[in-house]
Amino acid sequence: MSTYAAVEIRDLVKRYGPATAVNGLTLRAELGAVTAVLGPNGAGKTTTIEICEGYRRADSGTVTVLGLDPAANARTLRPRVGVMLQSGGVPTAVRSAEYLGTLARFYANPLDPAALLDRLGLASVARTPFKRLSGGQQQRLSLAAAVIGRPELVFLDEPTAGLDPQARHATWDLIAGLRASGASVILTTHHMDEAERLADHVAIVDHGRLVAEGSPSDLTGGPGQLRFRAEPGLDTDGLLVALAPGSAAKESPAGHYIVEVTDRVDPQLIAAVTAWCAEHGVLAQDLRIERATLEDVFLELTGRELRS
Amino acid sequence: MSDASSALPPAGDARTGWPAPAPGAAPMPVLILAQSKLEARLLIRNGEQLLLTLVIPVLLLVAFSLEPLLKVGSSSRVNFLVPGIIALAVLSTAFTSQAIATGFERRYGVLKRLGATPLSRTGLIGAKTLTVIGVELVQAVLIVAIGFAIGWHPHAGALAALWLIVMVLAGTAAFSGLALLLAGTLRAEATLAVANLLYLVLLGIGGIIFPLSKFPASARSVLTLLPSGALAQGLRNVLQYGSGLPVRDFVVLLIWAVAAIAAAARLFRWE
Repeated sequence: MSTYAAVEIRDLVKRYGPATAVNGLTLRAELGAVTAVLGPNGAGKTTTIEICEGYRRADSGTVTVLGLDPAANARTLRPRVGVMLQSGGVPTAVRSAEYLGTLARFYANPLDPAALLDRLGLASVARTPFKRLSGGQQQRLSLAAAVIGRPELVFLDEPTAGLDPQARHATWDLIAGLRASGASVILTTHHMDEAERLADHVAIVDHGRLVAEGSPSDLTGGPGQLRFRAEPGLDTDGLLVALAPGSAAKESPAGHYIVEVTDRVDPQLIAAVTAWCAEHGVLAQDLRIERATLEDVFLELTGRELRS
Repeated sequence: MSDASSALPPAGDARTGWPAPAPGAAPMPVLILAQSKLEARLLIRNGEQLLLTLVIPVLLLVAFSLEPLLKVGSSSRVNFLVPGIIALAVLSTAFTSQAIATGFERRYGVLKRLGATPLSRTGLIGAKTLTVIGVELVQAVLIVAIGFAIGWHPHAGALAALWLIVMVLAGTAAFSGLALLLAGTLRAEATLAVANLLYLVLLGIGGIIFPLSKFPASARSVLTLLPSGALAQGLRNVLQYGSGLPVRDFVVLLIWAVAAIAAAARLFRWE
């Protein structure tokens, strides 16, 4: 097969007893791209990733990883896929260099463990036991372990959870480097800025289903908004007549005006609005273009109530 | 960029200097050896494990051989003790130490993580077996050397070394199966408690330092059906009385091994 995806998931269902963790999820992650899977806690992200990693079996639906069934072709896939679990996985007494050195010997063409430790800022703790590393250092060692075998595809389950800004940037650099070298990366995250910065493709998952997907700019490039403040009670219907069809104009709250267009805000819209204001002697203050952030989109799609 | 970074392979991307993917697994023997070496290093660094597998057996051998703490009939104490202490060594390494280590590896997701590497679960079992046998070899050399130093005179047949190895391997299989059954089904703390408790109990009633002949006949027949009793008695037959393969004890160990490994294979939970 020449045209497989990094990961292709169709109608995936996974139940744990009465609870449905994944409920008909369909998702495609392209080769050579960074795909971010976003979703509230309990949305089914980790379950989905662990089915792709071969740890769990789907109840129904199909999953292929690099064109192969992860359950039936586990042996073939193991060297080709790097895995970073959400937590743990490293013996508590093992030293960083010793652990990475052992894993390197599992692979045919591994990275040099010392160089990788250095790159991730772990050279100074090469002889420190895992249990004495800081949380961020432990995360980075797990990340190093996921890429030491030079895999084609890397699954990273919340790689930057609990990291300080320096460590987050080191992790981002590594992910960007992996992508530039031709590897595919699937990561889950709660950080919208991380997805916006790193991902070619974002999939928002909730209640075990895909609720939205696209590039970060696709997802945030919904209706454009133009906002301004002026005296209350302007004739918004009159304003609307001056605008392109399909636009909307409302006052909410009093004195705050929002003009929405289906496409992006363009210079013509600004000209039309300000021309109308000039014609009616209205001074538009704080005139600004608003664009939804990924976080706005995420909260709109998944709601604001807290999840367990 | 420091010197170390330039040791990375040719860049797949010139801008980031990050090497292109080049996946591939090492050959299985290399994998098993690498993992086994790591496990051995972790074991050597673990004080409690060393106490269990080396210090206690050696102390018991020396103390009970030199002090008239127990009556073991006409033959000398050391001749009675060396086979029992070898059985204790197998018990401590294949069962107690392995159960505790595996239980905590399971708790910390180590087993899960290794399952995603080319080592796989089969290779992991292979590595554990190799580590256990390696430690037993060290134990055997130490116990035999100390035994000779304090006057051990084995009365062994021509093939005693062979039967010793066969019995130790059968005992190792039985105890390893039980260790994995425990570690793969109970919480790590429960595994720790049960493995240590059984170590103490079997030390007492396993025919290791106290002769089974001191127990009532009814109890004795049950105790020789336990893996520790069968192993100690079988080793004593080989090393103290010059017998051939002690078939009954060997079969007892084999039954324990098959049953425990089958149960572990069915019930073991990797996470």
